[in-house]
Amino acid sequence: MKLENPQATFPRRDYSRVPYWLYHDREIYALEQERIFKGPVWSYAALEAEIANPGDFRTCFIGETPVIVNRAQDGTIHAMVNRCAHRGALVRRENRGNAKEHICVYHKWCYNLDGSLQGLPFRRGLKGKGGMSADFKTEDHGLQRLQVRSYCGVIFVSFRDDAEPLESYLGPVFTGHLKRLFGRPIRILGYQRQRIQGNWKLYLENTRDTYHGSLLHEFQSTFGLSRVTQTGGVTMDERHRHNLTWSKLGTDADAEFSALYRDNKVHESRLRLTAPGIVKFDDEWGDGISLAICSLFPNCTIHQISNSLAARQVRTFGPDEFELVFTLFGYADDSQEKHQHRLLQANFVGPAGLVSMEDGEAIEITHRASVGERQACSVIEMGGGGPIPTRLEHRVNDTPCRGFWSYYAELMGIEPEGAVR
Amino acid sequence: MSAQSMKEAVRELLDEYAERIDSERYEDWLELFTEDSIYQVIPRENVEQNLPASLIYCSNKNVLRDRIVSLLNANEFNPHYDRHIISGVRVTEEQEGVWQVGANYAVFQTNLEGQSKLFSVGRYADKVVRQDGRLLFREKRVMVDSFSVPSMLATPL
Repeated sequence: MKLENPQATFPRRDYSRVPYWLYHDREIYALEQERIFKGPVWSYAALEAEIANPGDFRTCFIGETPVIVNRAQDGTIHAMVNRCAHRGALVRRENRGNAKEHICVYHKWCYNLDGSLQGLPFRRGLKGKGGMSADFKTEDHGLQRLQVRSYCGVIFVSFRDDAEPLESYLGPVFTGHLKRLFGRPIRILGYQRQRIQGNWKLYLENTRDTYHGSLLHEFQSTFGLSRVTQTGGVTMDERHRHNLTWSKLGTDADAEFSALYRDNKVHESRLRLTAPGIVKFDDEWGDGISLAICSLFPNCTIHQISNSLAARQVRTFGPDEFELVFTLFGYADDSQEKHQHRLLQANFVGPAGLVSMEDGEAIEITHRASVGERQACSVIEMGGGGPIPTRLEHRVNDTPCRGFWSYYAELMGIEPEGAVR
Repeated sequence: MSAQSMKEAVRELLDEYAERIDSERYEDWLELFTEDSIYQVIPRENVEQNLPASLIYCSNKNVLRDRIVSLLNANEFNPHYDRHIISGVRVTEEQEGVWQVGANYAVFQTNLEGQSKLFSVGRYADKVVRQDGRLLFREKRVMVDSFSVPSMLATPL
């Protein structure tokens, strides 16, 4: 598949303008599956805690491709495309389970937990009649296997054997952040899922756009959870594909925030909570960071919003729809009180999240209003244009979105001439 | 009160519950809960795996009250109309004065363009008590079968 004039996709080489048609085009979507989700990247698949025991499996989707992640009897982790090597049927239909093998219901082809084909019924035929060809070899017909690596219990997969090593793909900022969050055993608390009628890239931008945080999500600013006046910023890897947005509670004054909102003519609510315990932050990491939104290219966001923790996975359904799967977790050694507090703070996140419910709506209205547009572009220059920095000590920017597009364009082969990276 | 008249009273409570949400009278809707009530919306996949995380978890009425205040004043959500359909009501007396109520629900949402869709389907597992002569919810647990929530979940189920 080829685009006609790939270098002309972006009108500016610093990605401060993004044409709306990129969110709607079916050819672009097909290319994304090939060059991004099946490209030289590491996608987030699951958490090791979800497949703690031998035989445990989970199914997920990388882009739109169904994948099984499981732990074999020897404890090793394997990932395979969840598609029978015979006629292409989904082998595992459940979200999760424990099994000794995976059997396709259609013709009962049976696969080992490393994806190899164990056997198939009537291979030798019946009474000398039928059966597979004499030269059929089971070893040539296993499930398509993916590269699997785990970092601090977070499992990543790649369709490509030549992807760079996971640690260098993540880079020191993000391996450091994963160590911070997954440095001790976790406990899975449950799942939340949300289907959004919009393009998946709008979500990747949303989690990299720190500008909207205290404007769209009024709960955060109203109740002081996260405000633009707090100490905070964004940090990217050298290639600008990942981003960490962070802030620290208690580093600003109410008066400073009120004055800023007044000067910028933004409405400030004067609400008080009757049960303020929900916004209580316990600095369990000892670094004062009360908000950390970690976006890992191409399908993952790991959030810490106060003491609520989750990994979010993006699954695509064509250019116009995606699903977010939130895997909420706490720590295995959480006290009963801490456990209850995390369950209460789950109210902040997901499709009904007091903090995050607006994101779905923001993405849907963007997708709806930009349909069919071939010329106009979205404007990304909060924080300025030009070369993309790796670090900014403020959150009045959407610079990491330009970083996202620069890496996206490189993988897609649509970088403009002289593009920033 | 006979089992039959209790069931009728519970049906009336559920109809009142639905009407107050569907007519966007959320503050009146709060009045159908006791002060120590629990309101929880939990995905069926979590229930089946015995996992505790919810979509909405209000451990007492103040947390629920704050959610409604936030919804009406701070949150931005998809403008829509709700319609609740409730059926399959089951009532059993758990202990003196506390009744367990089960019921199926379906909520249809209609957007501002007049397009209606099935938004959510699932089952209520409630505890109902009588206070000052009125039936109220002490517990409302909404188990969502359609746990991949379309767009967003803002108004109560």
